[in-house]
Amino acid sequence: MILPYFIVIPLLSAFLIPLISRRRDTGAVILSLAAAASLLVLAGFAFFGRGGETLVYRMSAWKLPIGIPLVLDAFSAFMLMMVGLIALTSLVFSVHYIRRLGQDWRYYALFMILVTGMNGVIITGDLFNLFVFMEIALFAALALVAFGGQAHEFEASFKYAVMASVSSSFILLGIAVIYGATSMLGLATIAQSLGHASPLLVLWTGGLFMAGFGVKAAAMPFHAWLPDAHSSAPSPISAMLSGVLIKTLGIYVLVRLFYNVFGAPPLFLGIFLGLGGVSILAGVILAVGQWDIKRLLAYHSISQIGYILLGIGLGTPLGMAGAVYHTVNHAVFKSLLFYNAGALETALGTRDLRQMGNAAKLLPVTSGTSMIASLSISGIPPFNGFFSKLMIIIAAVQAGQPVLALVAVVGSLLTLASFMKVQRYGLRGGRPVERLAGEVDGAMKAAMVILAVLCLATSLLVVPAVRKATLDPVVKVIMDKTHYALTVLGK
Amino acid sequence: MTLYALCFSLFLVGLYGLLTKRDLIKIILSSGIMGYACNLMLVLFGYRNGGIYPILEKGRDAAPMVDPLPQALVLTSIVIELGVTALLAALAIRLFQKYGSYDITKIRRLSG
Repeated sequence: MILPYFIVIPLLSAFLIPLISRRRDTGAVILSLAAAASLLVLAGFAFFGRGGETLVYRMSAWKLPIGIPLVLDAFSAFMLMMVGLIALTSLVFSVHYIRRLGQDWRYYALFMILVTGMNGVIITGDLFNLFVFMEIALFAALALVAFGGQAHEFEASFKYAVMASVSSSFILLGIAVIYGATSMLGLATIAQSLGHASPLLVLWTGGLFMAGFGVKAAAMPFHAWLPDAHSSAPSPISAMLSGVLIKTLGIYVLVRLFYNVFGAPPLFLGIFLGLGGVSILAGVILAVGQWDIKRLLAYHSISQIGYILLGIGLGTPLGMAGAVYHTVNHAVFKSLLFYNAGALETALGTRDLRQMGNAAKLLPVTSGTSMIASLSISGIPPFNGFFSKLMIIIAAVQAGQPVLALVAVVGSLLTLASFMKVQRYGLRGGRPVERLAGEVDGAMKAAMVILAVLCLATSLLVVPAVRKATLDPVVKVIMDKTHYALTVLGK
Repeated sequence: MTLYALCFSLFLVGLYGLLTKRDLIKIILSSGIMGYACNLMLVLFGYRNGGIYPILEKGRDAAPMVDPLPQALVLTSIVIELGVTALLAALAIRLFQKYGSYDITKIRRLSG
């Protein structure tokens, strides 16, 4: 059984790192890189080598209604692969970047705990277990946001911590209500007993979960913490937070709960649509006005999450395929953009677009990859962002939501405008840069090039043959709705 | 029913404090109150009228016992809450060192 290893490997390495590290961080770097690489390989094997069957691991061999199951189906394997990929490239990027704060092994230990929490949330099949892993991931994320030790980092971390603790309270209250009504905590068993529960229960718990996980996903009315936290964190951590954390704690859990447990009630799909439409427009409008490059990227995360929520809310297989596709695309190009921002910050010593100048000649790799990422996020063919946005827009038209399709198109145009601003001021500005303040080393370049290649490679997912092997099994798991319960319980 | 309503109003008290107070310490306390309300709610859902403690001894019937699972959950959630409170307090101390104040209107280098 490979399931427990997704939690054991990062957790073990998180606690081994302090033991093997003395003053230098070499051991921590090697160990965490090895752990992340093995997680990526395991996740790839879990996704491609399983032949579409669902694996269930019973912890301590307790039978299912009582014990805590770990569940690995196509959807979780897909998310695990995404987490593994972004974690590995973030670690590669971190090695040089984080050394300006000193050779600190604590960074790698916290990073591994963050990965533990996210993998745990993805792989668990138990509601309370999910809550615990979510808190583990949030603890590590909060510490990492404040890792630099600057005043504004503590401020962002405190704001994030308060928002996270409020949303966790909502989630815990939701768990309490659901346990009080069904006496169950496993996702599959809850899904089964909800079949003959009153609709009022779904309304109550759905509302609590929507508020709680909506904050984690940073959909528009719940977004206040995101621009601060994501722009204050060290760049590789911003990439982890924007690229995968808001998707595992937010999007993944929302889809799992509202599709696989609650069976996609139309009322909540309508809320998804509303949140999505508002997030797309408001996020991008706030982003256009920003001059801090990382704040601009953070506001774009809200807008791109809006696209994913829109795809989820449509409730059609095509919309869901677009949402899943956009999830992985956003992880790739937004992480790349945050690496670019980190490289620019290292090289030029500033994050303000107005202070930057024409550095394209001195930083060929950074400027090239940031051009690719900007084109991807703005939805220019042949890059990946174009295809996923197109899928979502077509699905919106087919589902009879032409207004939301128009919102998505307008959002995409405004995204293009704001990234033209980044390119114009940040890398190809009027003031020529003569000398760099810091060096962008080989590992940072490697991380950026890997993700830039993936920006092109993931656009192949739209080819029918590739799509059949990758996106379709994931969409099938989600669209089968409460059939998930029968699969997990083995009936 | 009154108990549940009181418990929910405790939750709302915490939420109110969190939204309106300007002092970092009071914000931390409010988040603690919200957590207590959730824990209380969990224990209440496991309680039954006239229930006894859930330890299976010789010659005792399992039927009138209260549900032990929420109590286990509450223990876990108390530990998590301890961690959150400690983290928030640590951040508040560092913020005080940097800004010289616990007032959130004075801690505004970032704008949400």
